[in-house]
Amino acid sequence: MKNTALTAEHEALGAKIVEFAGYKMPIQYHSIRAEHLRVRNTVGIFDVSHMGEFIVTGPDREKFLHYATVNDVIAMTPGQVQYNCMCKPDGGIVDDLLVYKFADHMMVVVNAANLDKDWKWLNSVVRGDVKLENKSDDFSLLALQGRHAADILKTMTRTDLTKIKYYHFEEGEVLGHKAIISRTGYTGEDGFELYIGNDAAVPIWRAILEAGKPYQIEPIGLGARDSLRLEMKMCLYGNDIDETTNPLEAGLGWITKLAKADFVGKSAIEKVKNAGLTRKLVAIEVEGSAFPRQHYPIEDVNGNKIGEVTSGTVSPVLNKGIALGYVPVAMSEIGTVLAITCHGKPVPAKIVKPPFYQRPY
Amino acid sequence: MNVPGDLLYTKDHEWIKVENGLAIVGITEFAQGELGDVVFVQLPSIGQSAKQGEAFGTIEAVKAVADLYAPISGEIVEVNTVLNDAPETINREPYGAGWIVKIKPSNLDAEAKPLLNPAAYTDHTSA
Repeated sequence: MKNTALTAEHEALGAKIVEFAGYKMPIQYHSIRAEHLRVRNTVGIFDVSHMGEFIVTGPDREKFLHYATVNDVIAMTPGQVQYNCMCKPDGGIVDDLLVYKFADHMMVVVNAANLDKDWKWLNSVVRGDVKLENKSDDFSLLALQGRHAADILKTMTRTDLTKIKYYHFEEGEVLGHKAIISRTGYTGEDGFELYIGNDAAVPIWRAILEAGKPYQIEPIGLGARDSLRLEMKMCLYGNDIDETTNPLEAGLGWITKLAKADFVGKSAIEKVKNAGLTRKLVAIEVEGSAFPRQHYPIEDVNGNKIGEVTSGTVSPVLNKGIALGYVPVAMSEIGTVLAITCHGKPVPAKIVKPPFYQRPY
Repeated sequence: MNVPGDLLYTKDHEWIKVENGLAIVGITEFAQGELGDVVFVQLPSIGQSAKQGEAFGTIEAVKAVADLYAPISGEIVEVNTVLNDAPETINREPYGAGWIVKIKPSNLDAEAKPLLNPAAYTDHTSA
């Protein structure tokens, strides 16, 4: 198992460590629920250094990524971040990812669990004059998330954070260390992701925990990362999307630009669109005190199985069971009444308009 | 890890304490740590009978759900209603305020034999 630059910090903080994508990662420090609410109420810091970073250079770098992914990479402006995914020729999703456009290169940020697969996949569809480099081991990645993220970070950098809009980034310094300061995250809160060198990880991590004390900052584990993203209906690869799901049924039509001349998977996705979707990923709220979990059956009111929970938890904000899952299009309307069999017992549920949570600021 | 010396344990991580002819039942420090934040406890009804090794309730945590197994057979004579409003009491005080039910044992002498003493339970959790 690999360590991140911060594994010893997590152990010293008493985190419960699990293996995730080959890394020793903190699942929680003391309580998933408390950590979740900390991010919702003030601010928290995550070590997500397990994520993968590929650097793409060469004159055809944009054309290549435009072809390899479903979103419009050509339309990006320098300093912009784009949520995107790449598909197989049959339309199945290889991974979801972030694309960063720098003046002279592109950066692609991928899920740790898919890093090797993505690396092989991108190399297998490569075209034009481009160079791909896997720089995942050279970056540490911290996510500072919550309404007070900027209050903390502005004391540690000369970069004017007010000029960085959502889904944009700037190259600058944090405590004198080179950093890509990206206004992105996986929580639904305001916040920043900091791509830094491994030698900068411990000093910046400690300084953020210190500077965040007025806001009761806490380190946040992967457990709360999962429940935070689920309250926002953000997809998790391996749960809600994978090679057997296409972007349209996953609710990722907004990033799938079928008007593009060509991209890997386009004809298959077009076919799906023309034939009409068979199923859709929906957000479901459960009534009662049993909670949905991955793979629990979703049933119609007559008890017929119509789908399966892909992600489920108890929402710390709503104090209710919340779930994502695929159901037939005919049963995917907001307000549709269903049941989820939780731990052997059918529990009433209904489809709701996502997200489950909206930040109040 | 905290394994009090005056309790008996099951391999499923429940504990019992026999006091005044009643068996108080809860889950262990180890079990609450594995489960994480407890968010709901499905308690049995008073008067219901419990059978050794069979489920009498469920415990829902953020990350997992687990059945509660009766360490011994008997009648449920009391349930900890504090857990309805404050299920997290199990995380804070698994051996104290976080107790779950009291059972009036029907066959205690025979059924206590397969239960684990503190040393055996400690071995069980470190295996």
